[in-house]
Amino acid sequence: MTPREIAVGLSRSRREFLRTTAGLALGAALGSSSPFVRGEAARKKRKTIVVTFGGGARDQETFAPEGQENIPHLISELAPQSSFFTHVTNHGILGHYVATASLTTGVYETLNNFSAVPPEHPTVFEYFRKDLRRPASDTWVVAPSNGFNRIGESDSRSFGPGMGAAVILPKHLLSATAHGPTTDLEHLLRDNYETPLYTPELGGSEFEVQQLESILRLSVEDFMAHARTLSSPDELSVYIAKRLMQQEAPSLLWITMHDIDVAHSGAYSLYIEGIRRTDRLCAELWKAVQTEPEYAGNTTMFILPDFGRDSDYEPGGNGFQHHRTGDAASRTTWMMALGAGVRRGVVFDEPMQSVDLVPTLGAMLGFSPGEAQGKPIKEFL
Amino acid sequence: MQPHDLQAEQFSSYPPEARRLVVSHLETFRELPLVFIPGLLREIVDYDFKFPAERSAIESELALLSALTPPQREVRFRAFEQLTISPKLEQFDWINQPAQFTEQLSAHLWSTHQLDAFRAAATEYGSRLQSGMPPQPLAVRRLGIAVIGQGVMSYDGQLFKNLRAHGTYFNQIKPGRGLELLLEGVASRSQAYPVSYGHWYVDGGLESGHGPGLTCVSYRSLEPLRASLLRNVSAEIQKPGMGPEELRTHLARITPSDLEMNPSGDAVLDRFQLKILTEGSGTQIFSTTFAQWTAREVLRRAQPLSLLVRFAPRQRQRPMNELLSNTKGESEVDPMGSLIDADMASYYHWINQQRLSGYGESAFLAWFEGHGEALVVAPTLPRGTTSSSALDLGQLLSLAIS
Repeated sequence: MTPREIAVGLSRSRREFLRTTAGLALGAALGSSSPFVRGEAARKKRKTIVVTFGGGARDQETFAPEGQENIPHLISELAPQSSFFTHVTNHGILGHYVATASLTTGVYETLNNFSAVPPEHPTVFEYFRKDLRRPASDTWVVAPSNGFNRIGESDSRSFGPGMGAAVILPKHLLSATAHGPTTDLEHLLRDNYETPLYTPELGGSEFEVQQLESILRLSVEDFMAHARTLSSPDELSVYIAKRLMQQEAPSLLWITMHDIDVAHSGAYSLYIEGIRRTDRLCAELWKAVQTEPEYAGNTTMFILPDFGRDSDYEPGGNGFQHHRTGDAASRTTWMMALGAGVRRGVVFDEPMQSVDLVPTLGAMLGFSPGEAQGKPIKEFL
Repeated sequence: MQPHDLQAEQFSSYPPEARRLVVSHLETFRELPLVFIPGLLREIVDYDFKFPAERSAIESELALLSALTPPQREVRFRAFEQLTISPKLEQFDWINQPAQFTEQLSAHLWSTHQLDAFRAAATEYGSRLQSGMPPQPLAVRRLGIAVIGQGVMSYDGQLFKNLRAHGTYFNQIKPGRGLELLLEGVASRSQAYPVSYGHWYVDGGLESGHGPGLTCVSYRSLEPLRASLLRNVSAEIQKPGMGPEELRTHLARITPSDLEMNPSGDAVLDRFQLKILTEGSGTQIFSTTFAQWTAREVLRRAQPLSLLVRFAPRQRQRPMNELLSNTKGESEVDPMGSLIDADMASYYHWINQQRLSGYGESAFLAWFEGHGEALVVAPTLPRGTTSSSALDLGQLLSLAIS
C-alpha cells in the first residue's frame, strides 16, 4: 500500500469504529451550516482549551478496535459529544517540541527540537492577544519541562516581546519548590527518554515560583502536599491547569501532555500506561470545564495528538518505540472538538493538516493568523 | 568533497578489510550521488567487525552497483540526485565520519521537508537491490523462540494477541523443564547445521546453561560494560556544549577500549554487544528493551537460523536521569510490566524474522515461561486456532519445525 492508502485506511478505521461503537454520524450526511455560535458577544465569553494528546500515540493503541480498551473515557464519554476528525496529517518534523510549536503557529516550524529556542513564526497566543487586545493573563500554556519553555512566544518582529502566553512548566516548578530531598516526588519528575539528559537552559517568560502564590493562590506547602498525591508529570500538569482555570480563567489555555513519550525507553507496558492515564486526564479536564462557572457552557476543547509513532511493519523503525521514519502511521492522527457550538456525535473524514488548527481558531475566535500556512477547517466556518 | 574527487589514500583510517573493499570499488563510488554514499560507507567502515551475512550483503551490493551501466545508474539514482543538501554537509568529512554525516543529513532532510522524498528513494533502491540478490537456500527453516513472563505467577490478560491470527494457540502445554528443552532443541540445531553466528541465545537476565554452538548475549553478563557506559555518559554530559545530539555522536564513536571492555576473543561479537548498548534506546536501563533490541539486531544483522530470546523482569520505572546514573541499583523489578513488554517484543521478534529470506517456511514459538500457554506460527500449523494438546516444550518445538 502507498503511504496515502495507509493514511486513508487509518482514518477509515477510526471512522468505522466510532460509528459502530460510539454511535457517531458521518459529517457529510449533515447540513453544512456552521455549528458554531456567532456574534461578538459570544466571542467575548468564549473559552478555548487545546490539549495535545502527547507525545505520540498510534492508532492501534487508541482508536483502532484493538486499542479501544486503552481509551475508555475518550470513546464512551467524550467521542459521543464531539465532532471527530479522522484524518489529520502532520507533514512537519516529528519531534515533540518542534511539532507542538508548529501546532501553535500554524506553520511547519524547522527549529532544532532539542534547543530552547522560540518558534520562528507568530504563535496563536500572539495573534489572539494582539488582534483581540487581550491581557497576558488571558492566555496560558502548561507544558512539560523539556524545552517547551519558549513555546508561548515567537521571535517574530511583527510582535513585540511580552505579547505571547506565559508558560508554566509544572516539573520545573516542582523542582524549584522542592528544597532538599524529593524522593517521594521523583515519579513526577520523569523525563522522556528522547532527551533524558538535558533540560535546556530556561529562559523567556516561564512561570516564577513566587507566582504560585500570587497567581495560583497556592502556598508552596499546599502545592507540595498535593503533588505527593499525584502519580505522573501529566497529572501535575492537569492539576496546574485546573488551578489556572479557577484563579485566572484564561480564554485560551493550551496544555501539552507528554507521559506517553516514555515509549522511547522501549517498554510497551509503560507506553500503554501513559495512554490510559492521558485518556483519564482528558476526561478529568472536560469534567472540570463543566464544573467551573467561567467555563461551563461556553468552552470549546480540542484534543489532538502532535503526531503518531512508527508502524510495526516499517523496517526502518522499531514499532511503537520511536517516531523517526516519517511513515504514514507516524504522520496520521485525529482531532476531537467538544463543547460550545460543536456539533455533537459527528465524524468528519475530510483530510486536514495539523497546521490547520491555528487558522481554525482564528476563524472561530476572530483573529487573523496572517503567517499561518494552514487553512480553516470548513466544518467550523 | 565530491564523490568524483575520491582518492584511495583518503580511506587510510579505515580498518584493513574495509579499506580494501572501498579501494577496489573506488571507480563505482566516484559515480554515486553524495547524498547516498555515506549511508553505504557507514556500513562498510565496520566491515571488519560485521557478521558473515552482513559482509556477504555488502559485497553483493557493491558488485551490483559496479555492474550498472551509466544509463542504469542514472535511473537507479535519479531520485537521490534530486535531493539538495547544504554546503555545510558537502564540506563535512563524510569519508571518515559517515555515521555523523547521515545523522546530520537526516536533520537536514527533516528541516527542508525532503524526508519523504528520501524515504521513497531509499525504499525504491532497497526493493531493487533485493530483487537483484536472489536469496540463497537455507540449510534449515528459520526458527524463532520467545520465552516471556519469567517471575509472573499468574496473568489474567490475553497473551500473544497480535500473533494469534498467524498461528495456533496452545493452552495445555506441560511447562516442566521447558527452557531446558527449548535450549536443547536450539543447541541440537546448531550441531546439525553448524553456521558461523547462525544460532543465538539472548537472555534478558542471567543466561542458563546452553550448548557450545550457540552465540550467547545476556543482560547480566554485560553489567560491567553497562555500568562503564553509564559512567562514561554521566561524565560526558557534564562537559560544556553537550546536548542530546552531541551525546549521540559521542556514543557512536565509543570503542570497546574506551569502556575498558574485556576482550572476549571474538571482536565481532564484542562490537555487536557494544553497539546494542550505544545505539539502542533504553537498552542500558531496561532488560526487556535490551532483549527486544538485541533480537531485532541479531535478526537484521546476523540473519540466524535459530534465535531463542528469554525475557527477564526489568527494573521498575524511575526518573530517567536516575535510571541512567544507576545510583540506586536495580533491586526493584516489575514482572507484570515486563510480561507485557515481552509479549509485544515477541510479536516484533516474529515480524523481524519474517523480513528475512525463507519467511514462508520459518517457524516461531512463543511460551509463557512456567505456564501452559504457548503459540506456534509454522507453515504446517493452522492459523487463528486453539489447541488443547498436552505437549511438553520439546514436543511443541518438534511440531513447530517438523
